[in-house]
Amino acid sequence: MADDLLKPDEQLGAIDHKIPKKGWMDTPVNIRKGMYCYASNPKSVEYLSLPNARKWNPLEEDWKLPENWKEIIYEGLRERLDRFRSLKVFMDICVRCGACADKCHFFIGTGDPKNMPVLRAELLRSVYRNDFTLAGKILGSVAGAREMTLDVLKEWWYYFYQCTECRRCSVFCPYGIDTAEITIIGRELLNLIGLNIDWIATPVANCYRTGNHLGIQPHAFKDMLDFFVEDVEDITGVNVEPTYNKKGADILFITPSGDVFADPGTYTCMGYMMLFKYLKERYGFDVTWSTYASEGGNFGFFTSHETMKRLNSKMYAEAKRLGVKWILGGECGHMWRVINQYMDTMNGPADFMEEPVSPITGTKFENAKSTKMVHIAEFIADLIKHDKLELDPRRNDNLKVTFHDSCNPARGMGMLDEPRYVIQNVCNHFYEMPANTIRENTFCCGSGAGLNAGENMELRMAGGLPRANAVKHVHEKHGVNTLACVCAVDRAALPPLMEYWVPGVEVIGMTEMVGNALIMPGEKERDTDLRGEPLPGTEEE
Amino acid sequence: MNSKYMFSLVAVIILFLLAYIGIETAGLYTLFGIWIPYAAVFIFAVGVVYRVVDWAQSPVPFRIPTTCGQQKSLPWIRHASIDNPAENNNVVLRMFLEVVFFRSLFRNMRFDFNKGNKFSYEWEKWLWVGAIAFHWTLFVVVVRHLRFFTEPVPLCIQWLETLDSFLRVEFMTDFLQIGLPGVFMSGLVLLAALIYLLLRRMFIPQVNYISFSADFFPLFLIMGIALSGLFMRYLAKVDIVAIKAFTMGLVTFHPVIPEGVGSVFYVHLFFVSILLAYFPFSKLMHAGGVFLSPTRNMANNSRAERHVNPWNYPVKVHTYEEYEDEFREKMIEAGLPVEKELTNGG
Repeated sequence: MADDLLKPDEQLGAIDHKIPKKGWMDTPVNIRKGMYCYASNPKSVEYLSLPNARKWNPLEEDWKLPENWKEIIYEGLRERLDRFRSLKVFMDICVRCGACADKCHFFIGTGDPKNMPVLRAELLRSVYRNDFTLAGKILGSVAGAREMTLDVLKEWWYYFYQCTECRRCSVFCPYGIDTAEITIIGRELLNLIGLNIDWIATPVANCYRTGNHLGIQPHAFKDMLDFFVEDVEDITGVNVEPTYNKKGADILFITPSGDVFADPGTYTCMGYMMLFKYLKERYGFDVTWSTYASEGGNFGFFTSHETMKRLNSKMYAEAKRLGVKWILGGECGHMWRVINQYMDTMNGPADFMEEPVSPITGTKFENAKSTKMVHIAEFIADLIKHDKLELDPRRNDNLKVTFHDSCNPARGMGMLDEPRYVIQNVCNHFYEMPANTIRENTFCCGSGAGLNAGENMELRMAGGLPRANAVKHVHEKHGVNTLACVCAVDRAALPPLMEYWVPGVEVIGMTEMVGNALIMPGEKERDTDLRGEPLPGTEEE
Repeated sequence: MNSKYMFSLVAVIILFLLAYIGIETAGLYTLFGIWIPYAAVFIFAVGVVYRVVDWAQSPVPFRIPTTCGQQKSLPWIRHASIDNPAENNNVVLRMFLEVVFFRSLFRNMRFDFNKGNKFSYEWEKWLWVGAIAFHWTLFVVVVRHLRFFTEPVPLCIQWLETLDSFLRVEFMTDFLQIGLPGVFMSGLVLLAALIYLLLRRMFIPQVNYISFSADFFPLFLIMGIALSGLFMRYLAKVDIVAIKAFTMGLVTFHPVIPEGVGSVFYVHLFFVSILLAYFPFSKLMHAGGVFLSPTRNMANNSRAERHVNPWNYPVKVHTYEEYEDEFREKMIEAGLPVEKELTNGG
């Protein structure tokens, strides 16, 4: 955690939702330390052959833009208006009713009025009106139009990288205007002139080269999973060694590399390995991991539609090369928005695979019959429903659990009840957060869409505040000590958020809880959970 | 004083004076009674069609519905078929509820900071109430006005009028008898809703901050329409028969300027003309745009049925072969399967 953060109480006291006297168009952007992410490393931008790779610093006056940057932005916007009806309609129909204003976690947490979704969109809309509409050209600022200037561009960069594309505002908009869509396209425009952040550009370059965001090379990927094999063997006495890049396997498993790399995602990863071992022993389940497609997440999504497609292509390419029947996907938020809303359209048709059927229960996953990709929560929920797993939920009795719906599975897919069903079958103490903060109303972790860097910790703590506040409520009311989730970014972002706002709450992945509860064939008597903590009831001994 | 709404208020006052003086002193009956209304209707019709066609010409490359409920997945999990539609008939239902009942706005809740202790998110129904009241009564008023453009007046319009005027304002005693038979509720509610929407835009700081002059203008303008209409009906008691003859002339393209219809009628007509002509160039196009919003009018079924992007183009990818070429040695050393073995000296 960054040292220069205020104490939580001071931070809370500093939030001011008072609206300034001066109009927003007359208030120039103030790029403030702690609220932005560092500019991208030119090497990463170059590796991807993206435009204008150079070293630059957002705090300096000169952003080293191409001379004709205005023209590039204008042409870029024109092209995207012709390509995306969403953009065109959303540019035209907002009536500024203000329903979205207080729905954004960044507005709630920072009080900065330009974090109201309507104003975030107006940053782009004002330029659109000026350049593309008759009313804007004639009436100017009366109709909400303004010219593109360097200051406006800087404002775009600052605020489009203060949006986590969580779509909460879109739920409440009477026209369904989706700020995520506007941010996605806004960032796409910024990338045309080399304005990106390193926390996105370098993972994207890594992923392009090594198959995963963290740049883990194939041998190291295997090494990391080997560690987990050892750990699981120590805890359970069972060898859960997976197969890699196995041709002719039934199913390819893809999960975010965060689960391979950092706690507490690593425990979720152990959970996957245990589950697969269990299913192999009991039912002959044949699944393989790929080192080439070793990333479920897709930070290309936070760069441009094209970059998203370039990274996502590996999933189908690898499934085809290995000749698997279908793909199983791990716990991740934006990964699943990409799979649900983009993958088949971008890189399909996946006609070289079969319509997914669970080899264990025979359930046809009708909802995935075209993408041929099933979510692990859907898969496990089906197994539990058919009583195919031996579970001892008492092993999770030390956990008082609540569930955080990640934005993307909630509002870009609608996977709400599958993870709840699984979690409630593997633990005995489950409490929901208040209804206005879960399911489609869920609050973002504050670090999504590529913003989980270290240098913008103040922004992240502010953006995560509404989520944390709801956790605090169940923490105080029910003694909740565990925040469950199905997202690798959550597993990276929520622990510091909890440490800051709600100390005493740990973050856990759904499949880690399954791993704890699962009674493996031939296992020894366990005395710790996957984290090496004593199991409930064994502490005294 | 806020310059944003003053600008729009002044604009509407100028429009009023233009029409009033134009009739009273310049006697421009033909201009305000015939040419401007015709031009306005033309601009409205062509403009709206142009805008909608223009939107429709941009494709919808991806299926991006905002899912506000449980997806359709396993058969035993209850599917939120309206808020997360998987089939087109459910999309139609979702759109119907959105367009007619403002379902998303109905969800609105107000955030309260409560000094940071426990945030609260309370159901906030007033914006929804105001919006519903405004749009529905505007709709009723517009439909009622069709009586001026039809002969005979269709039954459904007569029914609507009866329904709209069920409330009677009567005060009867032996000495004093005041009765206004047939007060149309819609006109009064419309005005009240407009005042509410205006006040909230003026005095709720957040809403005021995000408003442009262009957001106040239609409010003042429609308010002008409502006031001039109410004035004619309840106070001036204009000659309805003469007006009907005139409006029938307009729709049958044989317009004749009526005798003895006061200036306020021309102000009313001018305001309506301005509104129609302004419509296609403004945010009022949300009326058409809501039908084309991809986050609401699509089914969330892109995993089950492939959605095609008409401009999908091939991109540069990093192939498995390139990947293996870079890492082959390390892969073999780690015991990972490879496509090509190492060549001697390679």
